[in-house]
Amino acid sequence: MKPPPFRYERPETLDEAVALFAEHGDEAKILAGGQSLIPLLNFRLLRPSVLVDVNRIESLALRDGDTVGATVRQRAFVGHPLVDLALPYVGHYVTRNRGTVGGSVAHADASAELPLCLVALGGTIETSHGRRIAVEDFFVAHFTTTLQPDELLVSTTWPQAESVGFSEHALRHGDFALAACACAVTVENGAFASARVAVGAVVDRPSLLDLEIVGAPATAETAREAGARAATLVDPPGNLHASSAYLRHLTSVVVTRALEASL
Amino acid sequence: MTTTGRSFVGESVLRVEDEALLRGQGRFMDDIDPVPHARHAAIVRSPYAHARIGEIDASAALELPGVLGILTGEDVLALSKPFPAGVETSVPYYALANGVARYAGEPVAVVVADSRYIAEDAAELVMVDYDPLDPEEIVVHERSLAYGAVDEAFESADLIVRGSYEFPRWTGSPVECFGVIADWRGDGLTAWANFQGPFTLHSVAAAALGLRGSKLRLITPPDSGGSFGIKSSVFVYVVLMGLASRKLGIPVRWTEDRLEHLSASAHATGRRTEVEAAFASDGELLGLRYDMVEDVGAYIRAPEPATLYRMHGSLAGAYKVRNIGWDARVTLTNRCPSGLNRGFGGPQLYYALERTIDRAAKQLGIDAAELRRRNLVTEFPYEAPSGGLYESGDFAGGLAEALELVGYDERRAEQAAGRKIGIGIACIVEPSVSNMGYIMLAQTAEERAAGLPKSGNVEGCTIVISPLGGITVQLATTPQGQGHRTVAAQIVADKLGVNPDDVEVLSAMDTSTSAWSIASGAYSSRFSGAGAGAVAAAADKLAVKIAAIREHVGEEISLRRVAGMCHWSPESLPEGMEPGLAAIAFFGTPNLQPPDDDDRISSSASHGFIADVAVVEVDTETGGVHVLDYVTVHDAGCLLNPLIVEGQVRGGFAHGAAAALFERIIYDEDGALLTGTFLDYLCPTAPDLPDPRIAHRESPAPDLPLGAKGLGEGNTMSAPAAIANAVADAVGLDELDVPLTSPRVWEALQR
Repeated sequence: MKPPPFRYERPETLDEAVALFAEHGDEAKILAGGQSLIPLLNFRLLRPSVLVDVNRIESLALRDGDTVGATVRQRAFVGHPLVDLALPYVGHYVTRNRGTVGGSVAHADASAELPLCLVALGGTIETSHGRRIAVEDFFVAHFTTTLQPDELLVSTTWPQAESVGFSEHALRHGDFALAACACAVTVENGAFASARVAVGAVVDRPSLLDLEIVGAPATAETAREAGARAATLVDPPGNLHASSAYLRHLTSVVVTRALEASL
Repeated sequence: MTTTGRSFVGESVLRVEDEALLRGQGRFMDDIDPVPHARHAAIVRSPYAHARIGEIDASAALELPGVLGILTGEDVLALSKPFPAGVETSVPYYALANGVARYAGEPVAVVVADSRYIAEDAAELVMVDYDPLDPEEIVVHERSLAYGAVDEAFESADLIVRGSYEFPRWTGSPVECFGVIADWRGDGLTAWANFQGPFTLHSVAAAALGLRGSKLRLITPPDSGGSFGIKSSVFVYVVLMGLASRKLGIPVRWTEDRLEHLSASAHATGRRTEVEAAFASDGELLGLRYDMVEDVGAYIRAPEPATLYRMHGSLAGAYKVRNIGWDARVTLTNRCPSGLNRGFGGPQLYYALERTIDRAAKQLGIDAAELRRRNLVTEFPYEAPSGGLYESGDFAGGLAEALELVGYDERRAEQAAGRKIGIGIACIVEPSVSNMGYIMLAQTAEERAAGLPKSGNVEGCTIVISPLGGITVQLATTPQGQGHRTVAAQIVADKLGVNPDDVEVLSAMDTSTSAWSIASGAYSSRFSGAGAGAVAAAADKLAVKIAAIREHVGEEISLRRVAGMCHWSPESLPEGMEPGLAAIAFFGTPNLQPPDDDDRISSSASHGFIADVAVVEVDTETGGVHVLDYVTVHDAGCLLNPLIVEGQVRGGFAHGAAAALFERIIYDEDGALLTGTFLDYLCPTAPDLPDPRIAHRESPAPDLPLGAKGLGEGNTMSAPAAIANAVADAVGLDELDVPLTSPRVWEALQR
């Protein structure tokens, strides 16, 4: 469990980092918190020839209200109502000390909580190319985003939401979710006026589901119906521990519970 | 002669081990650097579960700068012999695969380089020609034994309860993996390894290396990052790295990583047990029949097939049934070889037995606690039909206390009122201090008659008192975190009338200088019965000598003064007394005989008792199991240090709860390991585990010097059964097997 040889670069500024990526492109990988990258290196599943350590770039570590710099540590990302619900499920206490918000989003693990919340909130991703990407246009598939090989995630923006809910089921505390749901809704006159309900882990990227609940009464009954509908909208493959049928059923459970929690 | 006037044994003395551990000052395998310039090994392992090994081309690896050499199966065949084992087998076991790889992860070659990084780079460049073979399963051992009148018991039964139970392979997951430093010089090997005791396995390793015992010097570092039995299998790598050092002429060090550990260290055996239990209508258990199939993996590795026999004296657990039939087969499969793991045979046995009792209770219409109460052993000492000697106890009292603590009647009332909770019970006897002879049951009485009868469990200890009165105890028990140093200091303090702080206890062990015996090590919860006995015996020897000197002088002179006399002025000692002040003592645990002609044996020196009650609630939406309460009542005789006892019980419980709810080693049909990382091998962490409530009763062990029975493994044996019984009770299904992960429970609910 030792990584194969690689070159290590530690730029002090974003411009230097961008230049390194312009030079090395696909051959380079960003080292931020390292909580996913380092195990992949040690397992020799990834073999980048260059590691670009962005931890010394001060501008990436800043937070400005809802806009969060790429290397802000996960443990420091507190105060957002939905993220506060989800953060305890993000890895473990010690991995959150080191893991970064931007790293999690850019890594695009389909079962990760922060990308899921960003989708539920309709957030944006700001890049070194000066692009501002709506989250709906960012995640492509498991571990795949619309970032270019020489483009760095610089920050993410997390809109506020009126009512939020989060539910996850995993095999162990801190494990990757088997199914997770994050939602942001508004309720007017006892009915859902808007609803962004996103699921993770049972899809190949965190995904909004159209559960047809806008206008429906904001009740537990509607939440249950929405859960049942969610289960028909996903087709998760089974894994070693959980069958496809179980994961589909679990989708209905987490959607129901997240919506109930938002009421 | 006691000058402190205090007894420290029995007190919650703080662990002397902890300060160094908490400050990061422990000395583990990777912290020691005893041989200059040891080079680093990486192991080339078979990706196939079963494959013929053709040519091994190491040329590219050897060209890599920093690579010193390679060891292959040909070298191992030339330089070593197969490891001896408890039963004959047509599949010889060497430290490296020879001609055929028999499990995924089996060592095929060793590359030695200037650093582990280079060694791993080089290992990738070793080209091995594999020709995959179909998986195979070979029965290597089969025995059929009976005690009492089994057929008659079943013929007279009102009800026969049948069940089939699968206890999966699992493992111990110590934080620190295996580590070895091997230095072959001249005609012998010195090896440092985080081995959990020389035990019988020093002899096994020496035999494989073709060395007489004194030429294999094994040294264990002072601290071990846990073992739970698993590190008994380090001996294979002591031999492997010893051969690499011998061939290359340099000291070699190797630290196992987690991928290697999960695939190729040791797993606990997987066991399928078919049980038949004959009951009278009043609930009396009349007879038991077991049929067991034990999967020991690719090779039968010493001390296997011991898992199968470790519990043999107590096949009926805590129950007084006299008629037991027992059929067992041991199979070789294309999986990691099995070895010791906490509980060692106990989880497998009691899972089948205690689930059967719950199943019977439902079929008989008798409450599960009441059915147990009617069948528990009540008279002590009790000799079990297969030979186990339960020397003391109050089983019914223990069960009653557990029921009282958990609020059994109230919980049953909640259930009756409609709450979807489940209650599960397990009553077990907890064996400790293994009889070194139980493995002889793998032979017939006629076969045994030809050899040396083996039995007993001997431990040694050395105590040296310096000219200034400093007391140093040298243990041979190779602790892995249990706190042996603390308890040894308590014992010696009591015997010599000093404070525990005045006693230095060394846990680092050296087979060339420590007083040890064939049973030495940390396994089968043997410290309080055997290790502590040896410490007490050595201290007693010194106490006698010190008392004689004081009597000779005619006053209560200080220990420092006594020591001064022994070292500075031997002429002042009583006539004929040996100068110096040191003692080596060996202690042989009583009540351990070899198997008799009827295949009966007390497989352990001591038997404690545990009654557990689990209360669970099942989330039927997710299948998630929530343990609402877990009560465990122990009777392990006298407690030497209640603080350490609590740690041991919590640890044993964590292990058992993990087996109940999370852990299982999974191979696919082709023998590929699917749980090769902690992502898929579901070792729980603290937030996943329930918090047990612990109570103690103390029925002293009458034949052990401190009255203390072992207690480190009991809940590992009981918790899988208790929790599974509770879940089965909650959901009204018997057809459930551990681990009860949420998807598995949900799937069962859909059937």
